[in-house]
Amino acid sequence: MSKENELIKVPHKILEETYKAGMEADEKDRSGTFYHVDQSTVYSKVNELFQGKIELMDTKAALQKYSWLEGYMWKLVDKNKDEFTRKVAEDWSGGYFMRIMPGAEITFPLQSCLLITRKNLEQRVHNIIIAEEGSKAHIITSCVQHSSVPDAAHLGVSEIYVKKGAMLNFTMIHQWSENTLVRPRSAAEIGDKATFVSNYVCMRPVKNVQMYPAAFCNGTDSTVSFNSILYGHTNSLLDIGSKAVLAGKGSKAEMVSRAIAREGSKMIIRGLIEGNNADCKGHLECRGLLLDEEAFLQSIPELIARKKGVEITHEAAVGKISEKEITYLMTRKLSRDQAVSLIIKGFMDVGILGLPEALNAEIKRIVEASAEAD
Amino acid sequence: MNILEVENLSVKVEGKLILKDVTFSLKSHQSHILFGPNGSGKTTLLSALMGLPSYEVVSGKISFMGVDITDKSVEERAKLGMVISFQNPPEITGVKLGDLLKLCLGKSPIARFNEEEQKLIEAFRLTKFLDRDINVGFSGGERKRSEILQLIFLKPKLLLLDEPDSGVDVESLRLIADEIQRYVERSGSSALIITHKGDILDHIKAKYGCVLLAGKFHCFTHPTRIYEEIKKVGYEECVACRVRKTEGWKFEQGK
Repeated sequence: MSKENELIKVPHKILEETYKAGMEADEKDRSGTFYHVDQSTVYSKVNELFQGKIELMDTKAALQKYSWLEGYMWKLVDKNKDEFTRKVAEDWSGGYFMRIMPGAEITFPLQSCLLITRKNLEQRVHNIIIAEEGSKAHIITSCVQHSSVPDAAHLGVSEIYVKKGAMLNFTMIHQWSENTLVRPRSAAEIGDKATFVSNYVCMRPVKNVQMYPAAFCNGTDSTVSFNSILYGHTNSLLDIGSKAVLAGKGSKAEMVSRAIAREGSKMIIRGLIEGNNADCKGHLECRGLLLDEEAFLQSIPELIARKKGVEITHEAAVGKISEKEITYLMTRKLSRDQAVSLIIKGFMDVGILGLPEALNAEIKRIVEASAEAD
Repeated sequence: MNILEVENLSVKVEGKLILKDVTFSLKSHQSHILFGPNGSGKTTLLSALMGLPSYEVVSGKISFMGVDITDKSVEERAKLGMVISFQNPPEITGVKLGDLLKLCLGKSPIARFNEEEQKLIEAFRLTKFLDRDINVGFSGGERKRSEILQLIFLKPKLLLLDEPDSGVDVESLRLIADEIQRYVERSGSSALIITHKGDILDHIKAKYGCVLLAGKFHCFTHPTRIYEEIKKVGYEECVACRVRKTEGWKFEQGK
């Protein structure tokens, strides 16, 4: 496997920040580790237990190795979608290429980190993930801007292929700074009897994130779940959507968002489920809590049916924390503050992400630490 | 010795006077049964005693174990040892029953239940609900069992129970009532229990009962006797009866 550099060359201080965003320092608990710092891939290594089951390298290196990979580039995401995709198409510094080999069951999560350490940098990456037929894997990817860096931007194109009978659980954790502009552009294609779970966790302040990843459920009995846990504060602007196009017979989509807004943050939570097959089902759930009067929260669910049998539903609720819930917990000897904190922690229940136990505990720790820091 | 003294309590809900000049007291180490038709103000009374918001005490005084709690918060009352079970407890997304039970015990969520606690959870048939969001998708009986178990774990001095027997099956009723009785007996605490049914009286040894009708107390006597009268003649007639004159009021009527 390719191993471009040693992780040891990444300054310790920077690595520490990535640990807070879910990266595991002890690589024995991970099936593979990938680091792209600023504009270069500095580390890419597969745990020896998983040699031959996973391929992990920089996308540019992968394109050198496999001529067929060209066919996976800009297939799901339109190069001319917007100025950001055009920029990445023009000039990009790499990204991760992950391939789970046919039938491989990856019991440990694969981890990758895209890190910004330089001022005024516009990081442009193009990631490709291929979950081959019958494979099973969990990926955790952390996007971090080092806290000492003021302005920066991250433009990331990701194209994800989940082939027949495969299961891919992809968890993205954003840990940007108050000065980061973030424009992920992602799309996934899901084959027959395949399952794709896309989780997004954003707990720290960020300047501006706008994304609307799409999943194309083309396969028969293909399934997609989009889950997000969002905590908007300090003037962050989060415009987060997810789109599922159900084309395959028996395809299913489920979207669950939990959003908390405070301190001048503005959050728009979008969701679109499009039913193009008579036998498809979708459900969209968005719940938002507004913690003060300075914040703003909007939920925009959209359901489209093009065939008679389509069954798509949604439920959305935004508002302040229920006084009844607070009082209830206070009758159990909790103070008002403890009650509010318990409700918020519960609201950002990582259980919705469908993660294996170890990863679940870790993400829970990240979410709770961020919620408590304020 | 009285654990609770209520003097001339008047309570408004949404601007409407529900309880008017209610005076009564509850004895230490005793269970008391409160009867009354729907809408008579029973839930309002319990809620006002607990200090729940939107139950406005417009006049009167509540003393709990000799402390004037009229102006104290819900949390302060809870910490003094007063607890309440809700008829319709809220569903709280993501807050697990197991975590709440640990908080009731004064434990941190990462602590474990000891053997005795585990046994009680098992007896309440709630083991498989520990990882479930509190009250979300719980049946009526499951809610009631969860409410009562939380209260027992809080180790209270006074339990205010709002219809612990409504909507529960026979087995759950026996379980809930027996566990309340066991707790009250062992801890020497008191209880004030609202009920519409007589079955709970077979399990809870209560000597004191009364009827709340149109925001006023009536008919302080043995609960079984009151229940038999209500069954026979209804609340209005029961209140009008003369039994209380011959038997005397078992609740102390304050001043």
